[in-house]
Formats: sequence, C-alpha cells, structure tokens
Amino acid sequence: MAKSIDVSDLDIYYGDFLAVEGVTIPIAARSVTAFIGPSGCGKSTFLRSLNRMHEVIRGARVDGKVLIDGQDLYADDMDPVNVRRLIGMVFQRPNPFPTMSIAENVLAGQRLNSKRMKKKEADDIVERSLRSAGLWNEVKDRLDRPGSGLSGGQQQRLCIARAIATQPEVLLMDEPCSALDPISTSIIEDLIHELKTDYTIVIVTHNMQQAARVSDTTAFFNLAGVGQPGRLIEHGDTSMMFSNPEDPATEAYIQGRFG
Amino acid sequence: MGCPPGTTAPSERLTIVTSTQSPERRRTTPTRPGDRIFRGTSLAAALLILATLAGVAVFLTAEGIPGILASPDEVKHGTGFVDYVAPLVFGTLLAAILALTMAVPLAIGVALFISHYAPRKLAAPLGYVIDLLAAVPSVVYGVWGISFLAPALVPLYRWLEDNLGFVPLFAGPASATGRTILTASIVLAVMVLPVITAICREIFLQTPRLHEEAALALGATRWEMARLAIFPYARSGIISASMLGLGRALGETMAVAMVLSASGVVTFNLISSTNPSTIAANIALTFNEATGLTVNALIASGLVLFVITFGVNFAARAIVDRRKDFSGAN
Ligand SMILES: Nc1ncnc2c1ncn2[C@@H]1O[C@H](COP(=O)(O)OP(=O)(O)OP(=O)(O)O)[C@@H](O)[C@H]1O
Ligand SMILES: [Mg+2]
Repeated sequence: MAKSIDVSDLDIYYGDFLAVEGVTIPIAARSVTAFIGPSGCGKSTFLRSLNRMHEVIRGARVDGKVLIDGQDLYADDMDPVNVRRLIGMVFQRPNPFPTMSIAENVLAGQRLNSKRMKKKEADDIVERSLRSAGLWNEVKDRLDRPGSGLSGGQQQRLCIARAIATQPEVLLMDEPCSALDPISTSIIEDLIHELKTDYTIVIVTHNMQQAARVSDTTAFFNLAGVGQPGRLIEHGDTSMMFSNPEDPATEAYIQGRFG
Repeated sequence: MGCPPGTTAPSERLTIVTSTQSPERRRTTPTRPGDRIFRGTSLAAALLILATLAGVAVFLTAEGIPGILASPDEVKHGTGFVDYVAPLVFGTLLAAILALTMAVPLAIGVALFISHYAPRKLAAPLGYVIDLLAAVPSVVYGVWGISFLAPALVPLYRWLEDNLGFVPLFAGPASATGRTILTASIVLAVMVLPVITAICREIFLQTPRLHEEAALALGATRWEMARLAIFPYARSGIISASMLGLGRALGETMAVAMVLSASGVVTFNLISSTNPSTIAANIALTFNEATGLTVNALIASGLVLFVITFGVNFAARAIVDRRKDFSGAN
C-alpha cells in the first residue's frame, strides 16, 4: 500500500479554457502534501486530475503525465474506474449516501470491488474503517441508522471511513474541514497524522495553520491574473515553505497579505 | 417583503421587543397580505379538489347501491353483483399489472439513458419525443393495437403455445386474431411508458451531484453509480411515477375496449381468444344498451374501480413512507 505520485508538465483544460498549466511535482509515498493558494487557482482541478475525477465534468481533459509508482494514470489501457478504486477521495462537503445506513456507507466501495462478502468480514471492515476514522465509539450502537442523521463532522469522518474501507493507495482530500468546527477539525487532523503511516495523502486547504500542522510538504499554487491559468509556484518541505519561501508571492500568501 | 426568510423586518422586531402586550398576543406573527391571499387561494383549490372527489364518490355510491342490491333477474347479465364484478376486477388488475411489469423497467432504462448515458445532442430530442408520446390520445393507441400490433403478435402467440405451452400463462389455444389480454397489456404498457419515463427522467436529473461524485470517486462504473446514488434518491419518485402509470392503466377505456376480445372469464391464460374484460372497457362497451338496474350495476362497478385506484395509491404512499428515515430528506 501507499504509492508515490509523479506529475510532470500537466495542463488541465475545461473545454478550451486552460485552468492549470505546467504542473510538475513529485509526491512521496506515506507523506502528507498540502496544496495551498488563492481561490480559483486550480487546486481542486489539479487534485481531481490525480484520480481522473475531472473527467466527470463534460469537456475536461488533461495533457501531460501522472505516474503512480511508475504506472501511467492516463495510459490508454487505464480504466478511470480502476484508478479511482486505487486513489480515494474525500470532498469538501460531506456526502454520505443518504439512503444507506452508516455500515452500508462504509461498505459501499467494498461492495463494488468484491461482490460477495461474509457477514463477519463485512463487520470487521466496518469496525476497522470506523476506528481508523475515529468514529467508531460515537456510532457503534447505531450502525444501522442512516448516515445522514450524523452531525457534519461525523458525516465527514464517515466519508473518510468509506474512502479508506477499500484500502486505497492514495487519499485525496479537498478542503475536508472547511465545513467543520474546530473540534471536528482537530479530530480529522489527528486522523490524517495516523493515516499517514499507511497512505499517501494529498490535502487542499485554505487554512495556513492546518497546512503547517498536518503536512510534510506544501505546494503553493497561484494565478497570474483573471482568466490566466493557475500554476504551481513552488513546493517543498513544509517547515521550509513556512519559514523561508523562495518566492515573494508565497511569503505574502502565507502571511495573509493577499489572496 | 425585502427581508430574507426567518427574519423580521427591523420595525417589527422593534415592536416585539418594546411591546407591553400579553405573551399570547405577542406570539402571533404578523401576516402579510401576500401570504394571506396565497394561503386563501391554495386552501380554496385544495377544498375544491376534495369537494369534487367527494361529489364523485357520493354519486357513485348513491347510484351504485341499487345495482349492488339488484337480484339476478333484474339485470341483463343475470348474476349477483359480486359474481358480475369479480371477473372484471380480475381482468382490470391483470391487465394493469402486466402493463406495469413491462413498462416500469423499460421506462427506468430509457429515463436513465436520457439523463445519464445519451450524448446531449441525442438526449434532448429523445426526451421531447417521449413527452409528445404522452399526449397521443388513447383511441390512436387502440387503432394501432387492433390493426397492427394484434396481427403482428399472432405468430409469437403460436410459438409461445407450441414451445412454452406447459406454462399456464401460455397454455393457449393461441388466439387467431391476436386480440388477447397480453396484447391489450402491451398497448397499455406503451401508453403509460411516456409518463413514467418523463417523471423518472426529471427525478434522475435532479440527483445531487454530490452523491453521484461520491459513488464515482469510490470507483463506481456508470451503472454502479446509478445503483448507489441515482435509484435510491429517485426511489419514491419512481414509485409515484409507476402509480400514475398504474392509475392510467387501471382506468384506460378506449384502447382496451378496442383491442381486447373479452368474454368475462377468469383465467391466467394470456394468449387465448377467451379473455377477462376490464371494468372500464366493460362500462364503455355495455353502457349504451344498458337500462334500469343494469345501469346501476355498471355504476357500482365504476365505484369498485374508484376504490381500487384509491387503495393502490394508499399502498404506494405507505411504501414510500416506510423508509422515510433513509429518504435523504433529513
Ligand atoms: N466545472 C468547471 N467548468 C469550467 N471551469 C471550471 C470548472 N471548475 C472549475 N473551473 C475553473 O477552473 C479554475 C480553477 O478552479 P478550481 O475549482 O480548481 O479552483 P480552486 O483552487 O479549487 O479554488 P477554491 O479554493 O475556491 O476551491 C477556475 O478558473 C474555475 O473557474
Ligand atoms: Mg477548490
């Protein structure tokens, strides 16, 4: 488990609009990488291109290379469905399936991957995933209740449990805490710390402290101007990026002087 | 007025804070003329619908009871009411259920194709054609059924009798005209297909993007996404759409009356020339020549149809409510 990602010279288009241009970045296995940058600079777009979720949007396409442990994500024989089973995703807004119980939600991905599962096996997966998502104690007595009956923070942790139930290689998180209170946020940050031992994690965040707290590597994206494509300005060790960035724009953004 | 819902205009808030009125008086929220007018009209509309429904029920009951109580020698069909209406109820339900069994899966498939599979250039015209089909009058379907579909199905019925004759449904002998209950059901299925498809398509299109993406991000194929996100979300809508279709199938008169060669038997044999009739078709075919208590008996059979339709709708409502917690509405 846990694979490294190598992106080289990636351009991402929405139809004719070039949204992200020329991104080259290595992402180490078993590390947390944070994407920061002003709104609209293409962080989500880039994140989604890492598990081909951008293809869900009509007209979206990429140009360039994404290698996961050396394997080309965009090779002709690569099925996006398999890519997404390998690379899990957590969204900005918690999105548990409202018609499913908590346990069914956790098992949703598993049921796609392997058709038949023994009850014992299923129960184990539910418990293991909910435990690693830090939700087990809160929901163990109501696993058969609808997932939509949980609080926002609990729902987000349920979504994390759902994403890790299938034991993906990589976990992508797009502002997973932006709708949560400080306590849920800190629970999820602790969780990211623990998950790091098993997964490669990429997280988009608008919260500088969060990036500083959870990530090993930070990547700063920026826009040259309105209508211009977003670019990766610099990336590097988080402590270095926060103490001594190379680009003045990075320093300005981190210190909250713009964006 | 210009303030967002859930807040009160500053002036009103001020009155509430400073007023020295009794607590009861204070709790009544001020109503605005627009609200009052809207509430009045919608209440009036609701009452009008209820009154119409009640009027129909009262008429059917008042006129129907003599027909129910009539003795066999007073009516043309020469049997007691229960014996008279039972085969009709059977035929009505059989035809409608057969029609729905064929129409609902097909409608869901077509709706899903239009909403999630078809390229946009194809989806729009296809949806438009389906909407148009819903507006075709039932006589047209009747003519199509009797002059095209029935003869076309004769070889199929013969084949079914020869090869699947051991199944009671296809026991035969196969009808030579093709005007069987199965043909009538197929015509009904074609008739209810557009409305079920149209409603399903609208609901499928409303599936929250959030849930579709949740499924896809888990590595769901398009079909698995439909199963994980679209169908559960659309479940109650699909049931409602089917009930609307069932209502039309139960009450359809012209098409069945034209297509079906009925003899009032009770049989599950779908392809023979002796077929059960349906309540609506029976009324249409016999009402003109009926006199005296026979008319009342026919009206009473209408009352039975009315009750069946009601029962079906209540059952549907109960099914929809049963898993309310999981509907996603909370
Ligand atoms: N579905 C889409 N269709 C067309 N253009 C899009 C689409 N989604 C995003 N874009 C464009 O791509 C660019 C990057 O958007 P993206 O959502 O990736 O930004 P972001 O960095 O995630 O912003 P935020 O921090 O606000 O989430 C923007 O110019 C946006 O308008
Ligand atoms: Mg974003």
